[in-house]
Amino acid sequence: MKRVAAYRAPDPGTQPNHLHPTYVSSMKRAPAKPQVAIPYTLSEVTGPSFGAEIVDPKASDLTKQHPGEPLGERIIVSGRVLDENSRPLANTLLEIWQANAAGRYLHEVDQHKAPLDPNFTGCGQAVTDAEGRYRFVTIRPGEYPWRNHYNAWRPAHIHFSLFGPAFATRLVTQMYFPGDPLISFDPIFNCTADEKARNRLISVFDWETTMPEQALGYKFDLILRGREATPMEE
Amino acid sequence: MSLQATTSQTVGPFFKIGFEWLYCDNLAGEDVSGERVTIQGRVFDGDGVPVPDAILEIWQANAHGKYDHPEDTQDKPLEPGFKGYGRMPTSADGMFRLATIKPGPVPGPNGKGQAPHLVVSVFMRGVLRRLVTRIYFPEEPRNAADFVLNLVEPARRSTLIARKAAGSAGSLEWNVVLQGPEETVFFDLGL
Ligand SMILES: [Fe+3]
Repeated sequence: MKRVAAYRAPDPGTQPNHLHPTYVSSMKRAPAKPQVAIPYTLSEVTGPSFGAEIVDPKASDLTKQHPGEPLGERIIVSGRVLDENSRPLANTLLEIWQANAAGRYLHEVDQHKAPLDPNFTGCGQAVTDAEGRYRFVTIRPGEYPWRNHYNAWRPAHIHFSLFGPAFATRLVTQMYFPGDPLISFDPIFNCTADEKARNRLISVFDWETTMPEQALGYKFDLILRGREATPMEE
Repeated sequence: MSLQATTSQTVGPFFKIGFEWLYCDNLAGEDVSGERVTIQGRVFDGDGVPVPDAILEIWQANAHGKYDHPEDTQDKPLEPGFKGYGRMPTSADGMFRLATIKPGPVPGPNGKGQAPHLVVSVFMRGVLRRLVTRIYFPEEPRNAADFVLNLVEPARRSTLIARKAAGSAGSLEWNVVLQGPEETVFFDLGL
């Protein structure tokens, strides 16, 4: 019987607890019973793979999806996708979605009284290259109000979704912007106890990828879980 | 081991913008072999209120018990037209539905085959890191020896096993209950 090598468990505090009372929506939705620990099996170390063939190369430029230019500040968000063993993850799918420059999502549930932008949908896809690199061109999303508590505003953020090589590596997260004064007030950002871990959700301004007279560059690397070196004991 | 995995964040209420292009609630085309099943259910919060903004993702083997993935080295056939991936949002009344085939058994950690199952990720506003669970099948003799099911206390195993629903053969029902006496079993994979 071939043994299955596990994925590394996260260090304490580096991932959010399910229940985070200051994030009010978690109160009725966080499971209350302890989760059941199970060994990794073939079901969790395999997973769907989506390569470059399903992604339109134009899907990584969110400013070119309509006849006109979207309003707002053009930015370039780029980085690498690596695993915890520092190996670049090639050919892995990233999906992003975000609000427009005014802080409004193109979504029927979003009731924020800010204008929609007919030239901005706010979603994109990209697939990493052989070195694990990705690059999106988009506009800087606006901050938006929400009803979690009095005068609650989400910091500017871009939602990221990644698959990686296995069911075990699936990640959904959010990228924030450096210097945003709303970050320290945000219960979602602060749900991760470990300060270094949550600060890694803040992108870094990058002069190298900034394009003259075009767009500011922000770097955001994503780390998916890595494999333990040895197969688990049965 | 020099890096640490990026911290998870909620999908929030607006994931449709980013996820809709890959929605798939019919996993098996007409030429795919296997017993056809439809699984319908709802997601309920701690007040028993249906959750209208959840999204489920499915991963499963084909009818031979083979995953479409390089790490599955079993000498079993793949089937063109069957990837094994599904992604379904809940509707305004918390409902989801998927049509697929019952997977075959895949190897388990005890040297025996696992009972047929789908692995499931659940995301929604209010959930900071994805919830991981499984759907097993009713009247399946392999369930009794399944390694993972046997790690669950007997009284809660039923939350992982779909029930036969009224209607045509192969109609199954399975709910996700986030809190309370009927709370679904969620698994700890570290994330
Ligand atoms: Fe958001």
